[in-house]
Amino acid sequence: MATRALVHLPAVLRRGEAFEVRATLQHPMETGYRRDSDGRMLPRDIVRRFEARLGTELVFAADCFPAIAANPYLAFWLRLDEGGTLELRWTGDRGFQHVETVAIALA
Amino acid sequence: MKRLTLLLAVLVSGLVAADDRRSGFADMTPAVQALQRGDAQNPAMLWVRGGEATWGQRAGAANRSCADCHGDARQSMRGVAPRYPAFDEPSGAPLTLAGRIDACRVRHQQAPAFAPESEAVLGLEAWVAMASRGLPIAPPADPRLAPWRAQGERLYRQRIGQLDLACAQCHEGLAGRRLGGSVIPQGHPTGYPLYRLEWQGLGSLQRRLRGCFNGVRAEAPAYGSAELLALELYLMQRAAGLALESPAVRP
Amino acid sequence: MTLDRRQVLAVTLLPLAAAPRAQATPESLQAAITAYAGGAEIRDGRVAIEIAELVENGNAVPLAVQVAGVAAGQLRRVAVFTSHNPQPEVAVFHFSPRFAGRARVDTRIRLATSQRVLALATLADGSVWRAQADVLVTLAACVEG
Repeated sequence: MATRALVHLPAVLRRGEAFEVRATLQHPMETGYRRDSDGRMLPRDIVRRFEARLGTELVFAADCFPAIAANPYLAFWLRLDEGGTLELRWTGDRGFQHVETVAIALA
Repeated sequence: MKRLTLLLAVLVSGLVAADDRRSGFADMTPAVQALQRGDAQNPAMLWVRGGEATWGQRAGAANRSCADCHGDARQSMRGVAPRYPAFDEPSGAPLTLAGRIDACRVRHQQAPAFAPESEAVLGLEAWVAMASRGLPIAPPADPRLAPWRAQGERLYRQRIGQLDLACAQCHEGLAGRRLGGSVIPQGHPTGYPLYRLEWQGLGSLQRRLRGCFNGVRAEAPAYGSAELLALELYLMQRAAGLALESPAVRP
Repeated sequence: MTLDRRQVLAVTLLPLAAAPRAQATPESLQAAITAYAGGAEIRDGRVAIEIAELVENGNAVPLAVQVAGVAAGQLRRVAVFTSHNPQPEVAVFHFSPRFAGRARVDTRIRLATSQRVLALATLADGSVWRAQADVLVTLAACVEG
């Protein structure tokens, strides 16, 4: 099944005004500390890094460890003077990568 | 005069008899309530989005999508989830909402039924149920459902498992009290399918019921079994009038 | 209804009765904090942790870290640690000097048991500030197995 992500920004974004970006990614964030029903350790499979870029510029990032909950949720604030394309990228174990892009137009 | 006053008092108290039923939402901590309230925070929305996508996908030999017949689920499916499970004439038995979705899939899309508790059927169930969010649970007054509801109530009151407990003992007798620090809810299925923090994923009422059977160390009936169907019917009847919260969040 | 000490002990002992698991030691927590802070002196204050005092399920605990008295662009990094998870690190958040809108981040974390959550914030001037919060984590008593 394709990985899903939810990205929420306010409906109206204004130049110079802080706004919150809220992002949820569908991912089990398997900690590597759990056992299956046969007692075998389930290998770690987590998102390790989240990056938000406006164009090429990094505007927010997170290094994630197994203690970040499954279906990881991150909310951070931006203040922009110019619109552009906001790219959200999650990368992790087993070559995991997921990208969401949001067009930002400022009022 | 005294007798008249007494009679009046009894009548009045009967008229204003409180409905002390409440959703498990009320028993949660504020932090988890906040998770359910915000669509931007509710992890169940990941599955809702999946369901919305599946709703529009053509499938099966008939090459039809749900949308081809039903249009926009937000309108066409409003009022549906609160009255499920409902009687299905062709099969001569009641169907849960997931069962109904499967029946459509097989009969009208001519595609194989979804596996129980699969991502696809949970997503569709969440998408369809959300269309009725806020509406009161409305079990159909269908006499054909009566024997199933009666069986469901019998199961609800029957002691089972190594712990020899009946659902009623905890969820009626001890509801509101604490088991290991968590408040025991009354067990009304007001928010299914829901994101359970314990599962770290979305699940159906049947998944939760099977969990309860395991919890008292009883053998859990299979998905789609008559026992779980009977229990669902009884529980929805018991919750009649309470608002649907689907897709909910629970600890 | 508040839990008495016996009840708190009963619920916190539950995870020990289950499969043995790694646990952060005070040394590993201190090592992780020192590694993050570099050589900087760690001061208490400025940082606020928003987290429930009592959590019903440790699988997904909402957490917010906010730094007061600091312009958003002055915040460089926030690191979150726990005292009794299998490992102490939770996350490190990196903020943009130009584009950060507020000195705040929200997420959801896992807490294996009742423990202390710590947040350290590094500012543009290199100073490191700390806050901590103790969280009581109750576990699902009706174990689905």
